[in-house]
Amino acid sequence: MLKSREELDAALGEAARAWLDEALAEAAHEALGAGAAPADATRAEALRAEAARTGTAPSEATRPEAVRRAAGARTAPGSGRPEGASDAAHAASAPGARPAPDTVPDGRSAGPPDPHTSTPPPWELRYAAAGRHCGREHADSVRSLLLVEARASLSCVTRLYAHGTAAERRAVLLTLHRLDLGGSALPLVEDALRTNDPRLVAAAVGPYAAVRLDPHAWRHAVLKCLFTEVPVEAVARLADRARGDGELARMLSDFAAERTAAGRAVPEDLRTVLALTVPADGQTHQARPATAAPLAPTEES
Amino acid sequence: MRIFDPHIHMTSRTTDDYRAMYDAGVRALVEPSFWLGQPRTSPGSFFDYFDALLGWEPFRASQYGIAHHCAIALNPKEANDPRCTPVLDALPRYLVKDSVVAVGEIGYDSMTPAEDHALAAQLQSAADHALPALVHTPHRDKLAGLRRTLDVVRESALPPEHVLLDHLNETTVKDAVDSGCWAGFSIYPDTKMDEDRMVAVLKNHGTEKILVNSAADWGKSDPLKTRKVADAMLRAGFTEDDVDQVLWRNPVAFYGLSGRLQLDTADPSPLHEGNSILRGGE
Repeated sequence: MLKSREELDAALGEAARAWLDEALAEAAHEALGAGAAPADATRAEALRAEAARTGTAPSEATRPEAVRRAAGARTAPGSGRPEGASDAAHAASAPGARPAPDTVPDGRSAGPPDPHTSTPPPWELRYAAAGRHCGREHADSVRSLLLVEARASLSCVTRLYAHGTAAERRAVLLTLHRLDLGGSALPLVEDALRTNDPRLVAAAVGPYAAVRLDPHAWRHAVLKCLFTEVPVEAVARLADRARGDGELARMLSDFAAERTAAGRAVPEDLRTVLALTVPADGQTHQARPATAAPLAPTEES
Repeated sequence: MRIFDPHIHMTSRTTDDYRAMYDAGVRALVEPSFWLGQPRTSPGSFFDYFDALLGWEPFRASQYGIAHHCAIALNPKEANDPRCTPVLDALPRYLVKDSVVAVGEIGYDSMTPAEDHALAAQLQSAADHALPALVHTPHRDKLAGLRRTLDVVRESALPPEHVLLDHLNETTVKDAVDSGCWAGFSIYPDTKMDEDRMVAVLKNHGTEKILVNSAADWGKSDPLKTRKVADAMLRAGFTEDDVDQVLWRNPVAFYGLSGRLQLDTADPSPLHEGNSILRGGE
């Protein structure tokens, strides 16, 4: 569970609080436009990329309203989001959106500036060091606060994810729904769901995925949780999305049958999710019931 | 018995090794960046490798109750390949990470001007990031390589007590110890050092600032060599406290210079005892 600024202030020692104050001030400076790309063309490119991904076409006329709503929901003081703060200049390094392999012989990319070697703003270095200064148990919360305070753009979250340790990647994933990114950050969620690291899988199935993952990808994410032993409580809006999902019920039933045929236990969470797939009207869908688990536990679980 | 392997390349090892290491007493390790046997051809290959040292490998280790830290660097061999040297520019991004406890392996392979540059630049990076440095000493022309290494260390901003000289043997231990650096010994099945020679070195030079590692990797090597040295020390009359100093307290003190060691790992979950690592049900 992510802690608020107030909860962190109560939990942190004096030195850590002072460090956090400075880090948040640097992040706020970023939000004021220090690291933002000013070009309208870049912003338009980001919007086009989003439209291509989501199949919708958000208009320039409606977009600022959404931006204002997002900004108004924040508790931190500050001005509105600067125009052009959402840039896609570095988004080419997003997983699944690799830059074209037009490299020159020395190995450097001939395309956009390499985010590996460009100097990061100070708050991004603090993002990496958050655990050392505020304690590992607070690192997710501190990193999330920094991302929100910086109003991190797609290029920023993509860079922090791509350069991040597993813990840093997790904090990005946990914060996506609190940033004004539309559907553009979906490649990060998809990347995390390709891993077998339960820390990343659990963070990937949060509120952002609940809204943005298409039905096929979402069902596979639920199955992935069962496979990697991520508790399904991690799946945001699980009951809402599972309700009446006959295809999910079929996949779960097939998985249970496969496990049973192998003499292996069926995860308890599978039954939990299967029960949630019952349609709202109480009618059962066409899926087969889950096969019973063997009575004796096997050596594996 | 608690063991800290201060130099082992776990990306090349299996989960069976992790389990055997835990059973032998290994509770912590440092995985320095090195080459992969097959030469890399681009910086991107390094970045994926660094990411693994900061992501997947600590997860694997944690499944077996072992704390995993790493050292990040451009290694001496590939410092000679112009396709790889742009990695030097990207190192600051990685040296700020929580589980990075040193710059390494750096040092000499063939003692070329490119290696001079990479060694000096990365010693400076270590000083800039308040990290110690793990310095590989060359396998060919070792004593001359060690002396040249010490010259570069003396000219650097990094104090010798923040430097661990590795792959030492009987011919290089005196110069290394006299320099004020920490002294590391890699125990291999046939090459470098073996357990009994290591015990003889410890008898001659004492247990202060001396570290023992398996340096196990993709070649013929043994991740349990640390334990075998500990057993050989006890057989030769060293006390359990001596063993604890060499196999635990010395590496903790050296890598602790980073201020980033986290040694409080959980015991491996009984859920995974005797089972392979999670493979997504495959």
